[in-house]
Amino acid sequence: MDFLTLLQVLDTTIRFATPLLLACLAGLYSERAGIFDIGLEGKMLAAAFFSAAVAYTSGNVWIGLLAGVAVSVLLSILHGLASITFRGNQLISGLAITMLVGGMTVLVAQDWFKQGGRTPQLEGAARFEPITLPFAIGPADAEAKGEQLSKLIAEASPLQQIYSELISGHPILVYLALALVPLTWWVLFRTRFGLRLRAVGENPASVDTAGVSVVSLRYSAVLICGVLCGLAGAYLATAMQAGFVKDMTTGRGYIALAALIFAKWRPWYALWTTLLFGLFQALELRTDVIENVIGMAVQSQLLGALPYILTVVILAGFVGKAIPPRAGGQPYVKER
Amino acid sequence: MDKMPKWADVVLIPLISLILAAVISSLVILAIGEDPIAAVKLMVSGALGSSNGWGYTLYYATNFMFTGLAVAVAFHASLFNIGGEGQAMLGGLGVALVCLFIPWPHWSLAIVGAAGAAALFGAAWAMIPAYLQVRRGSHVVITTIMFNFIAFSLLNYLLVNQLRPPRAMDPASAKFPEATHLPSLHDILGTVGIEFSKHAPANVSLLIAVAACFAVWALIWRTRFGFELRAFGKSESAARYAGISPFKITMVAMLISGGLAGMMAINNVMGESERLVLNAVEGAGFIGIAVSLMGRNHPFGVFLAAILFGFLYQGGAELALWTDIPRELIIVIQALVIMFTGALDNMVRMPLERIFLALNTKKEG
Amino acid sequence: MTSTPALELKGISKAFGPVQANKDISISVQPGTIHGIIGENGAGKSTLMSILYGFYKADAGEIFIKGQKTAIPDSQAAISAGIGMVFQHFKLVENFTVLENIILGAEDGGLLRPSLAKARKELKHLAEEYELNVDPDALIENLSVGHQQRVEILKALYRQAEILILDEPTGVLTPAEADQLFRILDRLREEGKTIILITHKLREIMDTTDTVSVMRRGEMTATVKTAETSPEQLAELMVGRKVLLQVEKAPAQPGATILEVKNLSVTDDKGVQRLKDVSLNIRAGEILGIAGVAGNGQSELMEILGGMISGTGAVTLNGEPLDLTGRFSDGRSRRARGVAHVPEDRQSEGLIMDFHAWENVAFGYHHDEKYQKNALFMDNNALREDTQRKMDKFDVRPPLPWLAAKNFSGGNQQKIVVAREIERNPDLLLVGQPTRGVDIGAIEFIHKQIIELRDQGKAILLVSVELDEIMSLSDRIAVMFDGKIMGERMPEDTNAQELGLLMAGVAGNGGAA
Repeated sequence: MDFLTLLQVLDTTIRFATPLLLACLAGLYSERAGIFDIGLEGKMLAAAFFSAAVAYTSGNVWIGLLAGVAVSVLLSILHGLASITFRGNQLISGLAITMLVGGMTVLVAQDWFKQGGRTPQLEGAARFEPITLPFAIGPADAEAKGEQLSKLIAEASPLQQIYSELISGHPILVYLALALVPLTWWVLFRTRFGLRLRAVGENPASVDTAGVSVVSLRYSAVLICGVLCGLAGAYLATAMQAGFVKDMTTGRGYIALAALIFAKWRPWYALWTTLLFGLFQALELRTDVIENVIGMAVQSQLLGALPYILTVVILAGFVGKAIPPRAGGQPYVKER
Repeated sequence: MDKMPKWADVVLIPLISLILAAVISSLVILAIGEDPIAAVKLMVSGALGSSNGWGYTLYYATNFMFTGLAVAVAFHASLFNIGGEGQAMLGGLGVALVCLFIPWPHWSLAIVGAAGAAALFGAAWAMIPAYLQVRRGSHVVITTIMFNFIAFSLLNYLLVNQLRPPRAMDPASAKFPEATHLPSLHDILGTVGIEFSKHAPANVSLLIAVAACFAVWALIWRTRFGFELRAFGKSESAARYAGISPFKITMVAMLISGGLAGMMAINNVMGESERLVLNAVEGAGFIGIAVSLMGRNHPFGVFLAAILFGFLYQGGAELALWTDIPRELIIVIQALVIMFTGALDNMVRMPLERIFLALNTKKEG
Repeated sequence: MTSTPALELKGISKAFGPVQANKDISISVQPGTIHGIIGENGAGKSTLMSILYGFYKADAGEIFIKGQKTAIPDSQAAISAGIGMVFQHFKLVENFTVLENIILGAEDGGLLRPSLAKARKELKHLAEEYELNVDPDALIENLSVGHQQRVEILKALYRQAEILILDEPTGVLTPAEADQLFRILDRLREEGKTIILITHKLREIMDTTDTVSVMRRGEMTATVKTAETSPEQLAELMVGRKVLLQVEKAPAQPGATILEVKNLSVTDDKGVQRLKDVSLNIRAGEILGIAGVAGNGQSELMEILGGMISGTGAVTLNGEPLDLTGRFSDGRSRRARGVAHVPEDRQSEGLIMDFHAWENVAFGYHHDEKYQKNALFMDNNALREDTQRKMDKFDVRPPLPWLAAKNFSGGNQQKIVVAREIERNPDLLLVGQPTRGVDIGAIEFIHKQIIELRDQGKAILLVSVELDEIMSLSDRIAVMFDGKIMGERMPEDTNAQELGLLMAGVAGNGGAA
């Protein structure tokens, strides 16, 4: 396997890791505040549909993004209502939301576009286009020279290859997702909000008796989760793909959930974990690469199941013990 | 004292939840420019208006009885088995292997073998998450979700690469031999002289599902194991005090749960399609959750809720056929039922409790 | 002598449904004093304090702070009114540092760094002023209980509390730690702080308070100067009649050794050794009482004998060894060997609160032959009849087998557990905190049942944190501290002071061992 192929696989890894990372960080805020969320999948799916639908209708991807985030936030509020206000079962709520979205997106899509539950293809300003960073070889250079972009990159120096192929040329949401990692770390461990957020996930009574509202803290965590899921879904439909198709999240919300556990609810670990899972997905498309490296063919179905199998292995605690926030999943009831 | 009478908890709350779900669904139907009342009429006539409709309704209900019981048994042990979907897929695999590779002389023997295989495969698929929960502390909800995806990949691989007959295009097994075909309700009722639609898929598995409801009831409320199961589900610390093994309860509860989910395959795989197709389960595993919540985890409640959802399913299919309302409407209704009965339970309960409290004080005062 | 009271409550009432938790309560506390509030469990002390801390809204009544009428709708309001609260169960984040816990909710600005720096300085200052030394960078989970409590006090002081409320502060402390706490409280009083001490322990009230209020069944029955009252008078005010602390019993007639424990050790999941080489024995017709502050290994001793946890050592029952590895034993096999167990926590262990009384009567014994109809099914009718009989015999009220356990009062719940365990006619009875949260009438009944069982020649191991209960019931007393038996005494040859020293880990001379 040559260097450029490796770069291409890693480039795909980043593309696949981005929605996982966004959803994983979304879950991180929620679960750090003590609210389990197995509805990441549903929120992503809803955002994917509405961002694509609105982007198509308005012709502006940014308006689409806003719509996607708004819907995801609405669903978050529903989850908050069930798990914070009415102290219901957080797992059931997350499941119901995912299911609700699975049905609703098709219903609305059918009514709106009459294309069997999908949106039309997005083009131009209705999509997030790749950004060419300064000094990187991009499509503009290729056009100026009248040559294939891949050929230009192949001829460049290894350093330039890494820069142009791997680092440059992603839609803005990818860079945003990466920037969110240090930001999340900073918020969690260096701000008042982060201190309270972590406290409410560990022992809500400590926050309550300190005169801080458990309810509003948890709601804000859940809202942030909604925003990030919205970004993840919008990325899927308007940046990674060009439009919405039925059930397009294909379990990414659940993989993000698993990544969160593997990352032990820490932002930097979340980045590494989602990159790893992104790599698995990237390899699924390039089984030839695996065959070259390990010298035997791997069934594509096995590769498809690999993230889940690994997740089970991880969950089983064979790779370090993951201790969730202590008050996770428990509705807070004031003690007499 | 209890804040409200038991009947309110058992009947009123699910009923109100159902009404709320129906109201919201009607709004959705209105929003997509259709008439909800006409839709309900169509659903009723399509699902209950003919023996053909009933045949489909009961066919779906059979599936949901199995998956609903599966969820209910686990719930009593305070385990949330979201993996019914995957367990039912594996059950289908078990049925297919038994039907394809064993030369059965008669359906009555085949169904015993197939049910056993279905239960065995389903139970095996639930066993690993159960084991990981008790021995490794990994949450059964997350692992069963993962196992649904793994089951799909496994089935996909087997159907595409192993079980698919030569020259066939779609990922499905060969047709099962004639001797394994189950008698339909038409055949059964015909022997006692009752006319029943010939084309409806409801079959003898329905009787097995009803028997399973009785068996689960007896298991939970009449046996020592059921006693331990419920005790463990209510209080793990008390169970430990009484010498009830968490390992045993978790494992056996999940094995029974997975077995029941797997047994659904005698209905859909053996009774209806008579071969194994990739998406045979069609979300019945998830509907089991709605059925169990709606039926208050009681086998009789599960029985009723399964018929209700069978009606919704068949009615929804009729809607999709005759109107612009897609089948996914049923998924929305089912999600709303789960939301209201499972997660927003207190939203319904709190005002009700206040009403009953006010009524009680008035009576006493 | 009366200046403006630091705190004054007028006519506070609070009901939860039909239960009147607080009825027309009025008190007035002078600044710079320690005011005690004493009452039995369930007397309404905690509800009153929760109202004062903004957890509940009173149905009626007014609160005055320094003469100003103050509304306390939430904890934030309580804090700004200068009220600090140290709860019985600490409200600390276990994996945060002391400093982080102290600033939580009282940060200056959005960033942590300046807040932490300020708190560090302030903490040093407070430590010097009140002798409250705690390492600011230690994680809470690594601190002793006494130090965790200090962090709670520091939290309140950091928020400039003028009125400090402590709810049952010594329940989890060793006598030595408790003495330290009271020194700190004295110090705070000298500095002009007002302290409200909620407790059910008469000794603490007599030793430390200036004035004391007594609560009974939601009402304030009296407020007196501590110097002008006596423990007997307070006790009478608490329960409404003379308390019989002395239990009537004949001298023990010990027979053959029933239980023999040698070098028993238990290490928990976290690797902490909870029991250290414990050896003891109990003979037939004898009650061995284990005295000690909660958390010194008594629970583990009960649990390993009851088959709930595993450990090492040698235990024999009637001369036959008991399995301690947990591989061949559990609660069920212990019961089969004639060990009955009234657990320390009836609500989370002894009963299934959602089960009917009749199901709870079978709980743990549901494999018994008499409860089976055939190989497959249980005989629920037999079970209900048996329950009715036990309920009548033990005067459980209401005597309804169909009622769920959660709908009985604490005393009646405990009677159900005791009836179940004693009626099985065990050779050895393990009893933990038999009268915790139980009303006086039921206490006497339960004590009588235990003594009756002893007189039938059974061996009884009694664990209680109530020293009075241990001293009046036991035929022999062993004191536990830090997982070890500190010594054994005969109740007639010892007194509370000596036992208190042993409970604090101060070794006695020899003992009966």
